[in-house]
Amino acid sequence: MAPARPGIALRLDAALVPVLAIATALVAGGAILWAAGPQLEGPWLGLQFVAVAYLSLLEGAVGSRDAVIDTVLRAVPYAFSGLAVMLAFRGGLFNIGAEGQLTIGALFAAWAGFGLDLPAVIHLPVVLATGCLAGAVWGGVAGLLKARTGAHEVITTIMLNYIASQLAAYLLNGPLRDRSPLNVIAQTPKIAEGARLPDLVPGMHAGVLLVVAVAVVTWFVVWRTTTGFELRMVGANPDGAAYAGVGVVRRMTWALGASGLLAGLAGAVQVAGVNYRSTLGFNVGYGFDSIAIALLGRNTVSGVLLSSVLFAALRTGATKLQFRTQVSADIISVIQALVLLLVAAEQIVRWLYRLQAARAVAPAGDDEGREVAPVTIGSAETARTSK
Amino acid sequence: MTRGRFLFVLGCIAGLVGIAEALRSPDVPAAVVAASMLATTLRFATPLTLGALAGLFCERSGVANIAIEGMMLAAAFGAFIVGALTKSLAAGIVAGMVVGALMALLHAWLSVTLRVDQIVSGTVINIMAAGVTGFLSTEVVRRQAISGAGLLPAWRVPGLSEVPVIGPLFQQQPIAWVTLALVVVAHLVLFRTAWGLRVRAVGELPRAAHAAGVSVARTRYAAVMVGGAIAGIGGGYFTLEAVPVFEPMMTNGRGFIALAALIFGGWTPAGAWVASLLFAAANALHINAQQFGIPVPAQVVGMFPYVLTIVILAGAIGRVTPPAAIGQPYVRD
Repeated sequence: MAPARPGIALRLDAALVPVLAIATALVAGGAILWAAGPQLEGPWLGLQFVAVAYLSLLEGAVGSRDAVIDTVLRAVPYAFSGLAVMLAFRGGLFNIGAEGQLTIGALFAAWAGFGLDLPAVIHLPVVLATGCLAGAVWGGVAGLLKARTGAHEVITTIMLNYIASQLAAYLLNGPLRDRSPLNVIAQTPKIAEGARLPDLVPGMHAGVLLVVAVAVVTWFVVWRTTTGFELRMVGANPDGAAYAGVGVVRRMTWALGASGLLAGLAGAVQVAGVNYRSTLGFNVGYGFDSIAIALLGRNTVSGVLLSSVLFAALRTGATKLQFRTQVSADIISVIQALVLLLVAAEQIVRWLYRLQAARAVAPAGDDEGREVAPVTIGSAETARTSK
Repeated sequence: MTRGRFLFVLGCIAGLVGIAEALRSPDVPAAVVAASMLATTLRFATPLTLGALAGLFCERSGVANIAIEGMMLAAAFGAFIVGALTKSLAAGIVAGMVVGALMALLHAWLSVTLRVDQIVSGTVINIMAAGVTGFLSTEVVRRQAISGAGLLPAWRVPGLSEVPVIGPLFQQQPIAWVTLALVVVAHLVLFRTAWGLRVRAVGELPRAAHAAGVSVARTRYAAVMVGGAIAGIGGGYFTLEAVPVFEPMMTNGRGFIALAALIFGGWTPAGAWVASLLFAAANALHINAQQFGIPVPAQVVGMFPYVLTIVILAGAIGRVTPPAAIGQPYVRD
């Protein structure tokens, strides 16, 4: 069959389209910045304005020690939820519900953090595990429904997002609300000291290490275990997998459950490492961002990690960009959407830069398939026609 | 939609009105609750029905559409901004339709021509609509302090609109009336015209349609864009009929509920409409809960439409058959 490991050239080729997509989106974003900026005389001043905007973006993202820490801390939940979406993708499932799973994870992690009275050694693990479990249940429900009844996971996970936000609104205004007289907003009390993630360096919690560990475990499970192999089989060809004796129902439930677990962990880490409580409306936007991250990272672990750092840097730097240029920080959402469009429809990028069609790639179920999305997703047709 | 399912839906709607009646505070008269529930249900069903009809044309031609949400959101913005700048509500609606059709063109280009996975394409459009409208609403609307052109006035049916309890049903705004007409028109177009037959053919068996001389790609483009224009009217509902302002993410998942209504309605116009009424009734209960003095936390009632969507999708009342070629790009050979 295929060679055991892809050569460095193939890896570079796989990274080429995302990199060009990002570059193209930044150029297009520059044009939008120019249009949205002040009226300037002549192209030089306009270019200068765009350059200043992007430099302030860069400065805001990595220009100082605090900026770097901000970016890294923001990348943590992105990485967890990006891995979550990736894992489901590999099973041929589209988890748009990372946001809801993250919300529920944060909610229950916070409850475990202030509601339980445990010794410090086990309190933190219990908090994280509670968040994981809550997220896994939230995702697993969608998986079970898909596998048993065929209810499309895109709709059920989105509905579960809305249910999660209503549930959070109810619990944070009701049973879980911080009753101290000083509190005026919908949030839980702070979690116990022993339930908090320790700092790795001042200002940066140890959740960063957890990301690395979880990324390695995820990679191992998806690409080096029987479970992962079956998952990818189901993703590549559910009928074939069933024919080969894979329990498709079980794998789909497992895939969305495990995906929810990772998203729930994202919420729990935010609670245990950053906010020390769960606050209403703090988890908005992760759903779409995590899909974008998984797609940009081409559903590979290393790709997801790189993409989450990039997205975190863009979001962190956007504040400075807005401050310096008076252009709304929402420009980042436009740039992200363009990146996503160009990654999803990579023919556009290949046409723009006169690249050859994608190299022949092995079927996604194959071990070699790590560099491409499953057949049901994205580059499927390119893979098929390029043989 | 089978008769059993139709009766089931009517029973559910009656049940929701019954719940509202049973839980209302004694200060609110029963007639007010019934009247308010019926009128609100019909009004809330408008964007859901339009979204479902948009998905209907698209999916019947074999192109999965989870981008209804994004199409409606972008159209809501387009309708608002053009309406505000021209001070013409009619121009606003036309703009909404154009924006919806353009978003649909992008979807068709991605999924028919470039053969991107249709779910991915839909997600890209949703994210793009959210990003671009969010950016434009801060950059243009808020910065230039643009205010809307107002709301479409209600059209009353003389006589009937004066009847107690059901009267409010007969004083709806224009898009609500147009929606009812479109349900009938969509049925006629899809099942009684040659074009409708072609749309269904490329959605069921594109190879056969191709052999019979129908251009699969062209038919799909047309169907997707017709759907987009209908979603555009649905977008207009948000900024020209419901509230005279644009807010980021204001469609709030209605596009996805519309898709669920389409599926539950068995990919037929009448079925989609009836299913939309059911979701709208659940929503009406939520919105009116406070006014009726219902002693249940608003957030709990607020989960109801979404829980209902999941339960219904899970096929608690039987399965439906989607168009056979849905989600599959057509490759000529």
